[in-house]
Amino acid sequence: MKELAIEARDLVKTYPGNVRALDELSFAVAGGTIFGLLGPNGAGKSTTVKVLNTLTRPDSGVARVGGLDVIRQPDAVRHAIGSVAQRSGVDVNASGRENLTLQGRFHGLGGAELKTRVASLLDRFLLTPAADREARTYSGGMQRKLDVAMGLMHRPRVLFLDEPTTGLDPEARSDLWKEITRLAHDDGITVLLTTHYLEEADRLAHRLAIVDRGRVVAEGTPDALKGELSGDAVQIELSETPGDSAVAALLSSVRTVHDVTVTGSTVRARADHGGSAVPAMITALEAGGARVSSVRVTRPSLDDVYLRHTGRTFNEADQA
Amino acid sequence: MTALMHTWFMTVRHLRALMRQPWWIAISLVQPITYLLLYGQVFSRIVELPGFHAPNYVTYVTPGIVIMMALFGGGWNGMGIIAEIDRGVMDRFLVAPVSRAAIIAGRLVQMSIITVVQAAMMLGLGWVLGARFEGGFTGLAVLMLCAVLVALPFGALSNAMALVIRRQESVIGASNFILLPMTFLSPVFMAPALMPRWVQRVSLVNPVAWSVETARSALSAHADWRLIGTRLVWLAALGLASAWLAARAFRSYQKSI
Repeated sequence: MKELAIEARDLVKTYPGNVRALDELSFAVAGGTIFGLLGPNGAGKSTTVKVLNTLTRPDSGVARVGGLDVIRQPDAVRHAIGSVAQRSGVDVNASGRENLTLQGRFHGLGGAELKTRVASLLDRFLLTPAADREARTYSGGMQRKLDVAMGLMHRPRVLFLDEPTTGLDPEARSDLWKEITRLAHDDGITVLLTTHYLEEADRLAHRLAIVDRGRVVAEGTPDALKGELSGDAVQIELSETPGDSAVAALLSSVRTVHDVTVTGSTVRARADHGGSAVPAMITALEAGGARVSSVRVTRPSLDDVYLRHTGRTFNEADQA
Repeated sequence: MTALMHTWFMTVRHLRALMRQPWWIAISLVQPITYLLLYGQVFSRIVELPGFHAPNYVTYVTPGIVIMMALFGGGWNGMGIIAEIDRGVMDRFLVAPVSRAAIIAGRLVQMSIITVVQAAMMLGLGWVLGARFEGGFTGLAVLMLCAVLVALPFGALSNAMALVIRRQESVIGASNFILLPMTFLSPVFMAPALMPRWVQRVSLVNPVAWSVETARSALSAHADWRLIGTRLVWLAALGLASAWLAARAFRSYQKSI
């Protein structure tokens, strides 16, 4: 395992009115990876980011970013990180170029170096044609890109993206997904991403933590989290069948398959790894005189994972 | 050093935004112009009373209205910081290595520049209406300084309040509740000798009064430089104390988010 880029241990943060936003929340992120914090609105994701990026202080607990203590060395942390908040931080009264330039100046850039850096980020995020227009004229997707570009201005080692694609249209969202993947793969930046989109966490994150009511309830790679469930659902349609009990008997020889139910031409079963079980199932069925017309394998979704760890479906929690 | 550089970057940012909507300066002059025209007309004969020592009421009231305008400019300054909090710009600065003091100072420097420009415009209008000042260029410079020094503490306090309360309604309410009484409990419109006893007493501790008296003295033929000097020092001290409070207000803000 590479050096830890982010480490949060037992973070507690209470807001007035006894709202416990973080309840001994802990996780760790390896350098150069994309880590997702997944959870419904109000789970404590944004508060976690605000503690890690020095915007606010936890009541207790320890947090390190890039080896720096966020409570004792906030200024050093601010130099090491880029942070893109859930709300845009773009100054809409200034142009894109001015926004980037100012951000660079606060990080100590100047002169030709600053100019080149601004121009290259504008290029990278396809903002060059709009660079000298006031940001208030930008679309939501353009403002978000400018936000991310500002976060990258000083080549940070760690980038925080708090709900980066909320409110974006599908096209802008998929653009941003590509860009986020590039950040970790090409630039070696550690990305901490919060999201309440299951699909986004599944697509982007190398590892993720499911957050619920201020605690991490599950952590792992998206596949491992889903793999903890009893396996994939496999559904096979038969065009010819030797009979229900015969079909069940045929499948009992395939060891990775369990929970087989046969009703006429429909066979349902669960398999630890659906994809690899299917060829063996088809071979067994065809050898016994059945004809397979179609097969469907469904992977357990993160929604299933969320349900298992919190006892609520994600959508219920998100709207609560 | 960093704080000074950052203050400059912030000032440029605010001035640029202002240059994109220069009509804002004109709009902000509507109120003082109205006061100057209406009070100047309605009370024009008031100078016949003893105690005014002015050739006409416009000459007397113009510096007062310049100070009043600066006071209100300062008092409303916190509205801008609330807008920046609401737009997420503030939080972006706070998670970057931006000098906290510069966030406030940049706003106050821009405000000071606007105050000087507005004061010049009001003086021009006053001159057209018949105001004449014997203190000459030095007197005018001291008036500008007084305007800036009264805008600064109230600007800093307005920003501090905005950071703590973070609601525009509260800043509007507090400003109205404080600024207008402070204006009338000072010799902005009325000669001190003609004000009721208790108002005279209150005006002794009223920075608006310090600033108006200082400006009038400098603009008159016989400037009282001892009075001018001490009052300017008081105003500057008040400004520094308020700026310190405003910088402290960031802690309260960051604790609450």
